[in-house]
Amino acid sequence: MKLHIPNSAFLGNIESFTNCFDPSDDSGLRVSSNQSWISVHPLVISMTIALAEEIKLQKKLIECDAFNAKSRSYLLRMGLIDALDSNHGIQIDEHESSGRFIKARKINTSDQLNQFITDMVPLLHTSPEQAYPIKYVMSELVRNVLEHSNSRIGAIVSAQYFKKTNRISIGVADRGIGIKTAINKSYAAKTDEDAIDLALRPGITGTTTKIGGTEFNAGAGLFFTKSIAKVSRDFFLIYSGDSFFKLLKTSPHKSVELFASPRLDKANFKSIGLPIWQGTAVGIDISMDINQDFQDLLSMIRNAYQLDVKKANKEKYRKPKFV
Amino acid sequence: MKEILLYKYSSDFAENKDIARKLRLEDIEPELKVNNVVTIDFEGVTSATQSFIHALISQTIRDFGVDVLEKLTFKNCNEKIQTVIEIVVEYVQDGIFTEDDIV
Repeated sequence: MKLHIPNSAFLGNIESFTNCFDPSDDSGLRVSSNQSWISVHPLVISMTIALAEEIKLQKKLIECDAFNAKSRSYLLRMGLIDALDSNHGIQIDEHESSGRFIKARKINTSDQLNQFITDMVPLLHTSPEQAYPIKYVMSELVRNVLEHSNSRIGAIVSAQYFKKTNRISIGVADRGIGIKTAINKSYAAKTDEDAIDLALRPGITGTTTKIGGTEFNAGAGLFFTKSIAKVSRDFFLIYSGDSFFKLLKTSPHKSVELFASPRLDKANFKSIGLPIWQGTAVGIDISMDINQDFQDLLSMIRNAYQLDVKKANKEKYRKPKFV
Repeated sequence: MKEILLYKYSSDFAENKDIARKLRLEDIEPELKVNNVVTIDFEGVTSATQSFIHALISQTIRDFGVDVLEKLTFKNCNEKIQTVIEIVVEYVQDGIFTEDDIV
């Protein structure tokens, strides 16, 4: 496999990263990088480390060019350089600001996820209200990996606060079975794009075709996560197999509307010319300027969370009793 | 009557589905089986994921029927947690009521 870490790769221009990824020869991993300046989304960090972890597990060789970019200390702090080359010899300047970031971490168990969420929030220095969607997204995305992916490397997660744009960016990547194989345990998606479409709809899970899900899965986690990005008017990207879905930013002049079908979102579904990502990778941006609180978001999700059948008879339904 | 102080198990962010399922199987359902009222007290819990609430109550509603909501109550829920519970309770009932029920 070959990978080049470009000068810039965020969710809006993630193609600058995917275009430089060639998974065709899996005898090892060859990594090069921009030699001047590198500024990338945590998704790029998580995906690259996921590849490196897989290659190490397979006891194959990683060849990595020296990181000479001026911003290499950021990549070092995020754990990327160590994952690719344990003998890099680069030192961190003690006087540099550490910034607000979550160094990439591998999560394999529910307890590790709990610990990660506990550790994560103080590092980002957010208010409790701002922390809520971040914790929520991390929990839902990583639990998806732990429960559905069969990823031998678990989930690789990382996050970064970007002061200039006042947003938190999160990347989660695995090298598991991918969405199509997972969803096709219950459905018959012909393509990776169809599988992603299904996975983003509320109430669709690979564990059952029953409305309301199983005792353990309801098929709502990705819909909630995408909705958080949408209400935040920011990007959300999910990449699996030969396809990705990229939710585009919502204009501040437009009202936010949540749709059960991702086809109705202002988004790109891309499945032509993409290298195959074995497993699933998700990136999300959450604006800290979000002017709707999480309660409003949940109310919007509740309104949007209507399955196609039987929604007309809600008055027959029992209500939960709050005391 | 059984009261479950959720914070003891979940801390302030209730997201661990394994804990939710264990509570359902070991604390909630045995009490409901003998017709006792169960109150889940969310005091100290500031947020909960939909997945957690799903693992906590969805199968109970399916197995015991929607009338179980008369005996299963939720205490000290903030607005966010209330909304998540309402979402779960609604979509579980989507799966319970058949098309014939609607007519």
